[in-house]
Amino acid sequence: MAAVTADQTTQGTAGTAEEAEAAHLATFDAAVAADDRIEPRDWMPEAYRASLVRQMAQHAHSEIIGMQPEANWISRAPSLRRKAILMAKVQDEAGHGLYLYSAAETLGTSREELLDKLHAGRQRYSSIFNYPTLTWADVGAIGWLVDGAAITNQVPLCRCSYGPYARAMVRICKEESFHQRQGYELLLALSHGTPAQHEMAQDAVNRWWWPSLMMFGPPDDASAHSAQSMAWKIKRHSNDELRRRFVDICVPQAQVLGLSLPDPDIRWNEKLGQHDYGAIDWTEFQEVLKGNGPCNEQRLTQRRKAHEEGAWVRDAAAAYADKHSARPGTAGAAAQPVEATA
Amino acid sequence: MTAALALGDDALVLSHRLGEWAGHAPVLEEEVALANIALDLLGQARMLLSFVGDEDQLAYLREERAFRNVQLVEQPNGDFAHTMARQLYFSVYQHLLYEELAAGEGEFADLAAKAVKEVAYHRDHAEQWVLRLGDGTAESHERMQLGLDALWRFTGELFEPVGGVDIDRSALSDRWLAAVTSVVERATLTVPSGPQSGAWAAGAGRQGLHTEPFGRMLAEMQHLHRSHPGASW
Repeated sequence: MAAVTADQTTQGTAGTAEEAEAAHLATFDAAVAADDRIEPRDWMPEAYRASLVRQMAQHAHSEIIGMQPEANWISRAPSLRRKAILMAKVQDEAGHGLYLYSAAETLGTSREELLDKLHAGRQRYSSIFNYPTLTWADVGAIGWLVDGAAITNQVPLCRCSYGPYARAMVRICKEESFHQRQGYELLLALSHGTPAQHEMAQDAVNRWWWPSLMMFGPPDDASAHSAQSMAWKIKRHSNDELRRRFVDICVPQAQVLGLSLPDPDIRWNEKLGQHDYGAIDWTEFQEVLKGNGPCNEQRLTQRRKAHEEGAWVRDAAAAYADKHSARPGTAGAAAQPVEATA
Repeated sequence: MTAALALGDDALVLSHRLGEWAGHAPVLEEEVALANIALDLLGQARMLLSFVGDEDQLAYLREERAFRNVQLVEQPNGDFAHTMARQLYFSVYQHLLYEELAAGEGEFADLAAKAVKEVAYHRDHAEQWVLRLGDGTAESHERMQLGLDALWRFTGELFEPVGGVDIDRSALSDRWLAAVTSVVERATLTVPSGPQSGAWAAGAGRQGLHTEPFGRMLAEMQHLHRSHPGASW
């Protein structure tokens, strides 16, 4: 944000608190209108901060819960090449979780706090991960459709008004685009493989298509947060606009794959220059959102279990760091968090 | 041939075990780190197996008795301390081995020169965790000691001769023991005193004799590939 910071604007101002607040808001609104980035130290409306925390937390949680359905196939990946790709992909998702929790920390909320809310069921993650990965082809369908939908949603977030989120998204989108391609390529191999492999691919697409369309959220007239998020330029396009864009991208790709999309109502609309598609079952969406999806319980239980079973490890690391920070030079380096080098 | 299979199977099997941690690690940074180590090992395995033949045929179509990995790497993950004990024992060995191979002129020199940088990180990662867990809380200390004790009897096999790897095994063993002892003692833990191999653990893995959990691991790993004979993926 090119504008002055909150600290600077309050200095030497003799006006009332209301006047100061109004001045801040005017500066903020002008920055958003000018497509400037809002940075962590800038003044921002509390509702803007809360809305960002909600969205970034949900995104971060989706990355780490999203590891589960794919990690489900690491041990059974049918070739060493596929196994390496899948492990790298699941690792990327953990990395995305790290960037996003860090970006959320710039708004004054810690990773621990957000994880506690996830574990208590007080913050959401993307409902798509409440569906099971039943066959190997599901790994491909997740890459092609789920990551494809995520990219369609996320590319505009690279221009989001909040700087740290926008910058995290630039990096994430690059990796997601690799994930999408590997999924497409995996399905292509299956579709052109043996009849059993082709059938496996078609079955996966049949199961993942509709839930992927639901990833864009409720229709525009029923979306609770959309209008305000668009005004703040956290969000740039409406749910329905993005959903339609996604369908337009997928239809020709499905033809190349040699797979059909499970919607007899998909057809090109000459007049609108886009595809029409059938009615989405929003009852299913609402049910999964309420916790009644096939894997809601399983995903959250595994997440809580990993967290609880890891508590003694985190406690040990903290205890070690405490002991050794008091004795500088003995093992200071070892007290740092372990991170991957490559 | 024998050597590439032995070293390749070590890397393949340990990579698989570490991959089982995905989604279960105690902290997000460890999801990244464990996957990173698993990926390095898988890369090494693929290169080594390709010296012998088709990597997928070797990984997916051999029976249990044809695998040549040491029994240490096939042991189930257990808790995080158990996994770190396995990592310490194996990565110190692999680091010392690859350093030596990289310095020589044998057929593995190029591969070892590349891998030794990765393995140095694996070793550092394991050492740092053994220090933290050993010298952390009473609970972590106890778990770390249990992990070290439980896996100790699988360590002797690391120093059995492998055809095609021409190094001084007894010197390697001495250096390994010195390095492990140094970390374990700094971690306020005790180097296990029992034998480093049992009746079934002395060189058994290298001859194709494995432990019960290994058959289950292979069943899971090979199932899909074997269910579609001749298919490409």
